Amino acid sequence: MSEHAELKTGPLEYRREDGPLTILGFWIFLAAEVVLFSTLFATYAVLFGRYGDATPAHELFEMPMALTMTFLLLVSSFTCGIAVHMMRKESLKGLVIWLIITLALGLGFLGFEIYEFVHYVHEGATIQSSAFWSAFFTLTGTHGLHVTLGVFWCTAIIIQLIRFGLTPVIARKTFVIGLYWHFLDVVWIFIFTAVYLIGMVV
Amino acid sequence: MSEHTEHSESGIPVKHVIGFIASIVLTLVAAYTTVMSGLPVPWIIAIIMILAVIQAVLQLVMFMHIAEKNPIPQYGNILFGFFIAAVVIAGSIWVMSFGMHDMDMNGGSGGGSGEEHSEH
Repeated sequence: MSEHAELKTGPLEYRREDGPLTILGFWIFLAAEVVLFSTLFATYAVLFGRYGDATPAHELFEMPMALTMTFLLLVSSFTCGIAVHMMRKESLKGLVIWLIITLALGLGFLGFEIYEFVHYVHEGATIQSSAFWSAFFTLTGTHGLHVTLGVFWCTAIIIQLIRFGLTPVIARKTFVIGLYWHFLDVVWIFIFTAVYLIGMVV
Repeated sequence: MSEHTEHSESGIPVKHVIGFIASIVLTLVAAYTTVMSGLPVPWIIAIIMILAVIQAVLQLVMFMHIAEKNPIPQYGNILFGFFIAAVVIAGSIWVMSFGMHDMDMNGGSGGGSGEEHSEH
């Protein structure tokens, strides 16, 4: 780690010369992720209603389940925001505590999603059963995979925070995982709306 | 270059709390519209999609600090990403809506949804 000229004020993650550049790069990655998910949403929309012999979506989608998952992810996005807020107040303890809460909520979300998938498969809605369910499991599964990746990534960041403390480099890494986590919730808002809510009315 | 965040002087991150409460309200309104409103389906779809877009913007502004003064502006890429996403989704639905009415795979429910989307 070569020592760049570091600013003495402003958010920690912007102080090193490479901090803003890395964060900009991550925004470009997120834009690419938006496009990736758009292809999956487009596939889902086009194949909507093509159930074949499988159970239709409106018989399986349940509001309490969808709302629970939505709120778990929404609250985790909020607690992740609080974590970054704590980081900007340079409170390492607060940052780590709120990140761990975020992690727990993320794991809760994953638990519900796995339970949901198992439930659907028992009802005969498997990824092979019809075009609709293929698109459904690909879309929600890709999101679930991103959450899983985020859980491992966040764990790694927490370990680094505990080992190395709050440096501009670790602050930049924490800010980036924060952006990633909020992005997962942004995608979920559209899954909740376009998949679950529309699946319940159409 | 040295910009402080607006909420750093107080203990409570006001922006986050406002964004959080607004997101909860938007989610519940969308769920209520879907289940209880009894509006025609195309109306419901239009309303909840608008609510979703509002909530996504809230997340970007309130939680992801997108509008914050940075050394490098960051919103250009993500806006372009959303533009491409809209073109891909709307374009796919539009293109695939042609001829779907003749296919009648499941009593025409799929064709119906294609019709509603193709208005955009």
